[in-house]
This record gives sequence, C-alpha cells and structure tokens, in this order.
Amino acid sequence: MSIDLHGISKTFGDFHALRDVTVGLERGKLTALLGPSGGGKSTLLRIVAGLEVPDAGRVYLDGADMTDVPARRRGIGFVFQHYAAFPHLTVRDNVGFGLKIRRVDNATMKRRVDELLGLVHLDGLADRYPSELSGGQRQRMALARALAVQPTLLLLDEPFGALDVKVRQELRTWLRELHEQVNATTVFVTHDQEEAMELADQIVLINDGRIEQVGTPDELYDHPANAFVMSFLGATTQLGSRLVRPHDIEIFVDRTADAVEAMVERIRGLGFHSRVDAVLPDGATVTVQVTRAHAQQLELAAGDVVFLRAIPGTTMRATVDAAAYASQPMTHASG
Amino acid sequence: MRSRLLLRVTALGYLTALLLVPVAMIGYRTFAHGIAPVWDALTTPAAQHALYLSVLVTAIAVPVNVVFGVVAGIALARRRMPAPRLVDLLINLPFAMSPVVIGLALFTLYGRGGWVGDWLAAHGLQVLFSIPGLVLATAFVCLPFVVREIVPVVEEIGAEQEQAAATLGANGWTTFWRITLPALRWALAYGVVLSTARALGEFGAVSIVSGDIVGQTQTLPLLVDERFRNFDATGAYSAGFALAVISVLVLTAMTVLSRRKERPQ
Repeated sequence: MSIDLHGISKTFGDFHALRDVTVGLERGKLTALLGPSGGGKSTLLRIVAGLEVPDAGRVYLDGADMTDVPARRRGIGFVFQHYAAFPHLTVRDNVGFGLKIRRVDNATMKRRVDELLGLVHLDGLADRYPSELSGGQRQRMALARALAVQPTLLLLDEPFGALDVKVRQELRTWLRELHEQVNATTVFVTHDQEEAMELADQIVLINDGRIEQVGTPDELYDHPANAFVMSFLGATTQLGSRLVRPHDIEIFVDRTADAVEAMVERIRGLGFHSRVDAVLPDGATVTVQVTRAHAQQLELAAGDVVFLRAIPGTTMRATVDAAAYASQPMTHASG
Repeated sequence: MRSRLLLRVTALGYLTALLLVPVAMIGYRTFAHGIAPVWDALTTPAAQHALYLSVLVTAIAVPVNVVFGVVAGIALARRRMPAPRLVDLLINLPFAMSPVVIGLALFTLYGRGGWVGDWLAAHGLQVLFSIPGLVLATAFVCLPFVVREIVPVVEEIGAEQEQAAATLGANGWTTFWRITLPALRWALAYGVVLSTARALGEFGAVSIVSGDIVGQTQTLPLLVDERFRNFDATGAYSAGFALAVISVLVLTAMTVLSRRKERPQ
C-alpha cells in the first residue's frame, strides 16, 4: 500500500507534535521513521493507522483519502512497543482475534493461526497465556496477530524498544526476512539510527515535528541535508567550523598543507579501530578514528604534536546551525 | 522488637474489643436457647418477607450500579467526562454523607409536595414507602463502590489493548465485550461484592424512605431494629445473626477475589 501524507499537523495541548508534514512512501518498501524522542515520529505512524486524527492535512492510502476512515477499516496491521497483548486470551486466541472478528470458520482459523505461529517460531506455545511468554515471544505473537488479517500495510511503533540487545538483534534480522516474505509495505518507528540503517530501504528523518530528510540510508549518510541529519546518522566531530566524520580525518606526523596543528591527548583501542582525541590550539577537542594498524604505524603517544586535515572531498557540514547537537561526538557510533 | 510486639498487641486488642467480641456475642446470644427458637424467629412471615425484600432490592440496585459504574468508571479514567473533578467528587458523596441525610434528601424530593414525587404520583408511581424508594436509597449509598474499583484498573491497562483490537477490525462494542470487560472482571467482581454487602446491610437511608411497613416495606436490617425495640431479643439476634452470616460470606468472597485481582492472569 502506498502512503501519501499532505500537510499533516497535530498538536497535543500547546505541544506541536507535527508541523505541516508532507511525505510519500512507496508501496512494498521497508521504511524507517527515525528521529529523537518526542520528535513526532510515533504520532505520524499513529495518524497513518487512524489511531490519531490530524488537526490538519489529509492521509491517502493507495491514492484514496482515508483521513476520516476509522482504524478498523484501513486494512493495516499495527504492532505496539509494549505488545498490547490481550492478557486473558491464549496465544492462539490472541493471534486469531482478527480472524474471529471477520467470522472466519474454525477450521480455517486453526490452520491460519498454526501457519502464523510457525512463521514467528512460536509453534507449541499456542495454549500459553501472554504472561507465560518472554518479551521477545510476546512481540512475535503481536506480529503474528497483526499479520493474521493479511494487512497490505504493516506499521510498527518502536517494536524492539522494550527488548534487550540480543533479542533485538535477532528480531531485526527476522523482521527484514518477514518483510520480504509477506510482501506488505512496512513502516517502523525507531530512535536507533543503527537499526534504521540496517533494516530500512528508506529512512524518513523526523525532528521537532518536521521532516529533515527522506532517502536511502546511504543517501542520508553520504549526503546529509544539514548538520542535524549528519550528526544523527553516525558519529561526527568538529574540525574548525565544520562537522566531519571521525573516520574522514587524516593524521600527519609532519606539517602538511591545509592541516591544522593539534596535540594528542589520548589514544584508545576499540578493536579494529583506534580513537584519537587531539586538542586544537583553541582548546577544542577533535575525535579522529583510524585503523589500529595505521595508529601503530604512526607511533602516536599522548603529548605528540600532529597535523589534522579532513580527507579532501569528504562530507562536511557547517556547524553554525548545529551548535546544539554537534557537541556530542561518537555518541551514535556504538548505537 | 519490644515496640513491634506492643504494636501488634494493641492492634489485635483493639480489633478484638471492637469487632470480634461483639460479633461473637451475637452468635452466642442467638443460640443461647438452642436452634429451635432461632428457626422459629427466622421463619415467621415477617422475617421471610424481610429477607426476600432485602435480596430483591439488592438484586435490582447492584446491577443498576454495575452498569453505571462501568460506564462512569471508563469515562472518568479515559478523561472523556466533562468536569471530571466535579463528577469524581459527586460520586464520592455517598461515602461522606450520612445515610440518614441521603434518606431525607430522597424524602423531600419524592415525597408529597416534592418536585418529582408529586409528578410521579400524578402518573401513578408511588416511590416512597414502596420498592422504587428502597431501590433508589440503596443504589444511592452503594454508588461509589463499583466506580472506585473500576477507575484504577482502566487507568492501569491503558488504551493500547483497545487500539490493537481496533486495528484488527473490531468495532467499539466488540472491543468492549471482548477486551475491556474481561480486563475489568476481577475489579468488577470485587465492586459487586462490596456493593452487595452494603446494600443488604443498609439501614439509615432505607429506614426513612421505607415507612417500615411489616410484610411490605420492611427489609432485614429494619426487622432487626423493630424486634430490638420490642424487646424481642431472640428475634432480633436471629435476624442479626442472619445478616452477620451474609457478611462473613461476603468477606470470604472478597478475600478470594482480592487475591485474584493482585495477579491478573
């Protein structure tokens, strides 16, 4: 199902969740709505689902105006961060809920539910109650429940946000596979740029109720529309008045054209990479990421004087409009 | 350690003196002359009718309050009520107000010369000194119990389960019956038990609106009162004992239910 949003605005009291958002999402794609908490991405997803009504703007699904159509008639599947399992129903009855509403006969329902439980690897747990499942299992049950009614649009609101790191990684891989299998358009909300980069065909970066940029993960990483996008998608450091990726800075031991002088403050090995913190004459710290081999070859030590230069032609953004978030180097590198 | 012991002894002593001994005394006095007089006192036509009337009034007032309680409880918890603080306050009013005052209020409104009473009487409906009056008074005093149980549970479960049901194609009615109501079932059962206990034992408001006509508008607590005033000790104790037995049953049900409530599913 294709999604077209025109001029969507939404306020909660005097908080502007969305400000005149217009965006189109193609059919069949796996799209991430990415952005910091409180930026409006969940609200946008809930408006697409019909769980929130926009104050202004229209929602088109496959070209049809669905703004005033209730959630139950939009043909969507929705997965909540905290699962929204029905605690008084067994796993089988949870998954079969949508089919029961549609008065599907018992034999068909049993077959469909068994199929879905197989798909989400919950075979054999059909008679359990949600309270007897782990978080990961509950979320897979919720996914099976959403898929049971064969939605052409699958919406997931921070689906892995409440799970621990290992389970989250498993479910990510598995969601990607599932998306290929079920042939639905999938949109998920996340604040984790690594999750968005790894999973999505397309990223919609939302901040402060506005869309900052729409594009493939590579487009956003290599051609960020502004300093915010650049700093949100991956690590950045400030070199002079420019925002640069730490791995896009060259270190020279000898004086080199266009390179600025700095003093090595500290070096840390991070496995394959090493991280070098160097202080400029004006006191600002620059973070540089080099391979371990290169760091050893340079024989750097704290207190050494080095010369730093952005690799010519690399992605840089002026920091004048980015003072607020450029001061958090490396925070996104580890996810 | 010593202070803790003192605390326990004080608490238990207070309970014993205030509750346990008097209630035990009723049991003792009731059966002081054996079972036969008790049986006789409970099987007089007046006693039979009083028991029947108490059960009947409870059986009408409690379901009415359940329906109101669920609707008002959900509306309050979901902030879909205009002036929610005022409504909340009003719902608590029967807790704060003496039942006798409630009875008087109903009396002035529904009695002769009352705004509603005269109009209803002109249309052939007698409220005071008949079953509608008893139901009204009982429903009034029991009003808060179901609402107070429902509100915190609705707030705790949140709206996501209902929204999930909506995305799966369920309309509001289906969602209510299949998702919301099952989630409320233990809180509701607890509220019903509390209301039932209160309804069966209600005296103050009922005594004003009932007229206390033997065999017609006399409920079980009114019967106890009448027999007590007429120096019919065995009769009063027997009827009182019947009420106490009902209380113990209710208490047992509450204990069982509150355990279920604490571990939802």
